[in-house]
Amino acid sequence: MKTVNILICGVGGQGVLLAGDIIAETAIAAGFDAKKSEVHGMAQRGGSVVSHVRYGDRVNSPLIREGEADVILSFEEMETARYLSFLKPGGAVIINRQQVMPMTVATGQAQYPADIVDRIRAQVPNTALCDGPALSAQAGSAKTINVVLVGALARQLGIPGETWIATISSRVPPKTVEMNRKAFELGYDD
Amino acid sequence: MKKLLSGNEAVARGAWEAGVNVVSAYPGTPSTEILENLGKYKEVYAELATNEKVGLEVAAGASFGGARALTCMKHVGLNVAADPLFSMAYIGATGGLVVVTADDPGMHSSQNEQDNRYYAKMAKIPCLEPSDSQECLAFAKLAFELSEQFDTPVLLRLTTRISHSKGVVELGQRAEHTPAGYVKDIVKRITIPAHARKMHVKVEDRLRRLSEYGETFAGNTIERGDKKLGIITSGISYQYARDVFPDASFLKLGLTHPLPQKLIAGFIKSVDEIYVIEENDPFLEEQIKAAGYFVKGSCAYDSPITGKDKVPITGELDPTVVARSFGLQRESSVQPIAVPARPPVLCPGCPHRGVFYAISKLKLTATGDIGCYTLGMMEPLGAMDTVICMGGSVTAAMGLEKALGPEMARRTVAVIGDSTFFHSGITGLIDMVYNNAQGTVVILDNRITAMTGHQQNPGSGRTLQGQTSPVLSLEDICHACGVKHVAVVDPLDLKATEAALKAAAGHPGVSVVIAKSPCILIDKKFKPTLHVDEDACVGCKLCLKLGCPAISFDSARKKSKIDPIFCTGCEVCASLCPKKAMKR
Repeated sequence: MKTVNILICGVGGQGVLLAGDIIAETAIAAGFDAKKSEVHGMAQRGGSVVSHVRYGDRVNSPLIREGEADVILSFEEMETARYLSFLKPGGAVIINRQQVMPMTVATGQAQYPADIVDRIRAQVPNTALCDGPALSAQAGSAKTINVVLVGALARQLGIPGETWIATISSRVPPKTVEMNRKAFELGYDD
Repeated sequence: MKKLLSGNEAVARGAWEAGVNVVSAYPGTPSTEILENLGKYKEVYAELATNEKVGLEVAAGASFGGARALTCMKHVGLNVAADPLFSMAYIGATGGLVVVTADDPGMHSSQNEQDNRYYAKMAKIPCLEPSDSQECLAFAKLAFELSEQFDTPVLLRLTTRISHSKGVVELGQRAEHTPAGYVKDIVKRITIPAHARKMHVKVEDRLRRLSEYGETFAGNTIERGDKKLGIITSGISYQYARDVFPDASFLKLGLTHPLPQKLIAGFIKSVDEIYVIEENDPFLEEQIKAAGYFVKGSCAYDSPITGKDKVPITGELDPTVVARSFGLQRESSVQPIAVPARPPVLCPGCPHRGVFYAISKLKLTATGDIGCYTLGMMEPLGAMDTVICMGGSVTAAMGLEKALGPEMARRTVAVIGDSTFFHSGITGLIDMVYNNAQGTVVILDNRITAMTGHQQNPGSGRTLQGQTSPVLSLEDICHACGVKHVAVVDPLDLKATEAALKAAAGHPGVSVVIAKSPCILIDKKFKPTLHVDEDACVGCKLCLKLGCPAISFDSARKKSKIDPIFCTGCEVCASLCPKKAMKR
């Protein structure tokens, strides 16, 4: 099978890294080779965060080559644009309806690009929006946004839902398994 | 059993499977998780060392006793540990001695891109370079065997993308290693000149034997493909090159020092053209070219060798950069959309913010250091002037004073974190006192080693493996170093912090201000959030000078606002607001 490339982006603290782990572990559980890559340290202090996940028969580079991502799963509207060059022609973008102001915007030195989603849509017809804040609230906690988004991604990938739920259940606190299952399903069915 | 592991987790697992007994290391991105994961194994003694030199020396002592020992560090940590590394290269290893260096091409969280393979060459020790998590586990195990077989420390060299990428790893079992016990051997372990001269002869012989070993080592592999193009590579670069050139022939080197010259010569002969693809410095390329294969009529072959004339020497490689180097990257059809930068910032509620606000307000020159608090340089705080290396804040301030006089010293503070102070700030402070310096050192005591992910340190009263230990008092240490003026202040109290800095600067001789308040992320028990009373807010933007991610300015309404998701209720902004507009 051709390697599937998923690029996840967002802001430090949004749960990007855990989402990447869940996707890679689910791919392994489904019988694929998988690799993922991200950077810890300075990048986590409210900075832009990106995680590359690749799975298939045999994966070499843990990093996706520009122009080869099948899906960009973006946790934050503006961050999508930063990584758009990774998308392959005809690739899909999933955008969480959330804006996190960078310090340059908060202090008035820069403007948040208000029409960013429309500008992305103009270039990427296959753009889906996911109201993560609303769906995670429906699931029971804003902390489940990343699992909602994993659900939205899962619908596009063809790995069975129960494989996803098994991985998610193993990676979240036991008390929150039910809530996260609901979050996954809300994202999947959205 | 198979598991998805990061390179760091796999190194820890491999060392554990090899029966490692003693681990001592100082945290540093991207190496930290190796130590953290080794600390979880009950069969292993693992400790947070005060610095990398200490870590390597503790490991060396354990090796003297016949134990298998490991130390790990970020690339610049090996500069600190270079002294014992070079001595141990002569002394050798009794129990296996493994030194892990995690280099940081691209400088994701470092001050330079030094290529630590050169340390292996300079110290004349073997260097293993894994290219994925599975090899991290395998090479960590092998490193102990090589160390004992060849009587040498072994450098296991990772890079950020090896350390922090995850891949599928087949796990094994632990083979217990029982330390053989200490046997006195002064000719082996006392590096006086008379002994060291003999040691050097052994070291050169060891290198020759290691080079022979490399000729048949299973980690140096040839993958036959198209004969037109042969690629010589190692580490993560192999993975990128494999994706970009799926049909080429490959010589993938796992042991990159010393190089297997016959294997390389044979490979070069077997293909028409050679690309050497490696990150940062031309470590392989220079040695291959120096061996003369590319000179027509010389020992091997006249195939052209392409390396750093095409592959960038600065920055991190990735598949895109490798493809672009050789004109193989199809440029994106997507039109770029410019968006504002999102640099990292001090967290909301970070106690360092109060100190940097005071430094900024008092317009002091601040010599800085390595840690989260380096972010104090960011606007709007803009409260840091220099960063050299761990501990360099204290001594740089002293140098400024010696060059420009006490007037400069009264306008200067050295800013250093608690863990960095224990690491190598103490020696600078002693130097200041001893040499009659005038100056102020601010120790940002947030009770933890925060930047690398919250490790304990000598001031926190807990060891890596959860034992209680004596809490070393920074105050007592400063007093014992001969500092007469030591003040402790709560950095969340802006007025008190400003007053303490002023008082310290006015004090003759060396003064220390300890800004003591725990990192907001230690227990994440935040106070109730604040909000802006819009009737009271006059839009003066003073609160924005704190650079708090929770505070932004609504240009349309001309009012500040606080994002309740980010606010930790630290009240620093409330204490600053002239109109008392920040309310619960």
